[in-house]
Amino acid sequence: MQKAMRKDLFQSIGDGIGAFFATLYEWITFVLDQFLFTPLQKLVGMRRMPYFFVLPNLLVFALFSLLPMLLNFGYAFTKDPNLFLSERPWIGMQNFQEIFDCKTILDPNTCVVDLFWRAVGNTVQFVVFQVALMVGVSMLTALILNGKIKARGFFRSVYFYPVLLSPIVVALIWKWILQDSGLLNGILIALGIPAQPFMTDPNWARFWMVMISTWSNMGFYTLILLAGLQSIPSELYDAAKIDGANNFNLFRSIILPLLMPTMLVVTVLSLIRAVQVFDIVYAFTGGGPGSATLYLVQYIYMNGFSSPIKLMGLASTASILMAGVLVIMTIIQLAVRRNEV
Amino acid sequence: MKVNKLIILLMFVAMLLAACGPAATSTPAPTTAMATSAPTAVPPTTAPAATSAPVVLHFMYYQDGAEASIMAPLITKFELANPGIMVELDVVPYANITNQLPAQVKAGQAPDMARITNFGAFRGELLDLSKYLSDPTFMTSNFAAPVLAAMRAPGDTTGLYGFPDTLTVTGPFVNTTLFQQANVPLPGANATWDDWTKATAQVAKATNTKYAIGMDATGHRLASVIISDGGTLLTSDGKFTIDTPGFRQAVTMLKSWQDQGLTDKQIWTKSGNSCINDFMSGDMVFCLSGSWQVGNVAKTVGTNFDWQVVPAPTGAGGSVGIAGGSAVVAFKSTQHPAEVAKFMEFLMQSENYSYFSANTLALPAETTVAKAGVDYNTKDANVKAALNAFTAGVQNISDQGWALNPNPNAFAYYQNSVTRISQYLTGELTLDEMVQKLQSDIDTAIAQNPG
Repeated sequence: MQKAMRKDLFQSIGDGIGAFFATLYEWITFVLDQFLFTPLQKLVGMRRMPYFFVLPNLLVFALFSLLPMLLNFGYAFTKDPNLFLSERPWIGMQNFQEIFDCKTILDPNTCVVDLFWRAVGNTVQFVVFQVALMVGVSMLTALILNGKIKARGFFRSVYFYPVLLSPIVVALIWKWILQDSGLLNGILIALGIPAQPFMTDPNWARFWMVMISTWSNMGFYTLILLAGLQSIPSELYDAAKIDGANNFNLFRSIILPLLMPTMLVVTVLSLIRAVQVFDIVYAFTGGGPGSATLYLVQYIYMNGFSSPIKLMGLASTASILMAGVLVIMTIIQLAVRRNEV
Repeated sequence: MKVNKLIILLMFVAMLLAACGPAATSTPAPTTAMATSAPTAVPPTTAPAATSAPVVLHFMYYQDGAEASIMAPLITKFELANPGIMVELDVVPYANITNQLPAQVKAGQAPDMARITNFGAFRGELLDLSKYLSDPTFMTSNFAAPVLAAMRAPGDTTGLYGFPDTLTVTGPFVNTTLFQQANVPLPGANATWDDWTKATAQVAKATNTKYAIGMDATGHRLASVIISDGGTLLTSDGKFTIDTPGFRQAVTMLKSWQDQGLTDKQIWTKSGNSCINDFMSGDMVFCLSGSWQVGNVAKTVGTNFDWQVVPAPTGAGGSVGIAGGSAVVAFKSTQHPAEVAKFMEFLMQSENYSYFSANTLALPAETTVAKAGVDYNTKDANVKAALNAFTAGVQNISDQGWALNPNPNAFAYYQNSVTRISQYLTGELTLDEMVQKLQSDIDTAIAQNPG
């Protein structure tokens, strides 16, 4: 009896809350309709109404993305150290000239701002290896996960799990594994193999940066490719098999062409993300040893934010150059792929 | 049933309305004097009753250890004595002081006070306390002139903008248990860097210890080696000159440690990395760090092994420690300059200053307190001996050692040195290239932000 009364009470509370929100919703829509949308539509006309609806989002975008971008140009063409643009004297292209002041373009040591060019070189190297590895491994994983394997759902979760981890956590975990007295060296020593300088040798450090960032982001791209694979109609596979196609033929003639638009998305996204690499590397190596893993975004952060004496003009100039290269790369890639597809 | 729904809906609306109403204000609990183990307790003060809303002072504060918990009872004492003033301690990570605070100050959002380490970073933005202090001469007679001068804008020779709340000195920590196990005598007070390198290498080999010797990855610690090797970072006109035989000798020695496998290569891969972790885990025989690590070492090492602080190795320039530390400053944008000055004067009072030093295990920068001696609040004999050794090391700080840290351009050298030296250590740059690049970085930074 008591249980039934309690159930009844909870039911009443639930109904009450529901009724409250329903009434509230009706009132809000009534007020908005009568006092905002209808007069506004009369004022601007039906065709212009969509602009009004996207206005809040545009304002947020303008405030937090567009305005900083424009301010960035202001900093690039004015002299440090003042923070306010009104207090920064105009210096024109001086920061750009300084960055491009090199005796030999292929030798960063001959450049006035040599660390920028080292960062550019490191970033290009990282992007080439990381994007290639990322697309390849994600594709392979997606193909495996698309097949009929045991515990498919479990494996899909396992590959996606690192994506959910904070980049700092990823970096710290790998640091414990790879440092001189880390887990991996412990295993190597136990097997009678000498410990390796995974974090203090420039080449090892670069290699592990590619591996770690691929490991941590692979799940995301695998998921996209998996969705692409699942959208390919099974009739195509059946028809090809009847025609005697083997797995390689299936991959080359059906999967690859039909998956090309998805691969384009994966390539563009991973490329942009690779150029922006920062948090993992900052926590993992801090840019070292030497400047072996100093990438562009860290160079910008170092000069514009983290150094006690900030070179904001130089940092802004570097970020404009980086953005320019990214835009050009994306346009070229989209154009090429559009022709292919 | 419908009546039920209506009642519940009304109750729900009433609850929402109540939640939107003004919150009930709770009366602050009566503050009782905090029982501390301070050696010098401030005598109870008869406080005047507050008549209007209290003035709230915002104090941005970073801590290396537990300084905030030592500062808190001092603030309570101050507030008890000055009921019209409240001090809000805003404890932030050190990075906020170096990265965020300068932007805040420029944007006119500075706190009333802050604890800083870059003494020259806020010149022109600080409050001249001399107009508000009851006895400005106390500051000039109790704190090192270069430190007070570092906070003054160019042309200003008398302004008082803050005081150093701690003094730090660089110095080496040595694992004496390993020396005993290796049966190697501890090098004496006049031992050179070469003597220490050989002795620690011998000890590491005999005891199968991972690393023999190391130093923190910062230009500050390296400066003690440079100057003891006869180098002069600061020229007579206050500029930085990297290319001296002493500098070359110091970085060459660091490289030879790496090449011979005597040191942990991971330390100099990133600015701010310290050798103290290797030392505390018993993996390093000798670590050049500083007095701020004493409490940390005592706590972490415990009874695992014996350790002591030894005089800095000597060279052509002598046995040299580098002075450093933190300072409490006030910003001119404060709306309450008189109250800020009152609080800072309270912190400077010898008994309060001594309380802070004794409980944070920090060396005092205030002459009166230093002369009287600090009864450090610790039972650990190793800690007392280490602090005494660092205090003795203060006598060995050369003019360069005192002048480096307060120099307005010191951070131009600090921020660039680790990356460049690390490039040299990994073979990216030759010694000549590194010297030239580092000098160029420092000159650029100084030119962009003239000191």
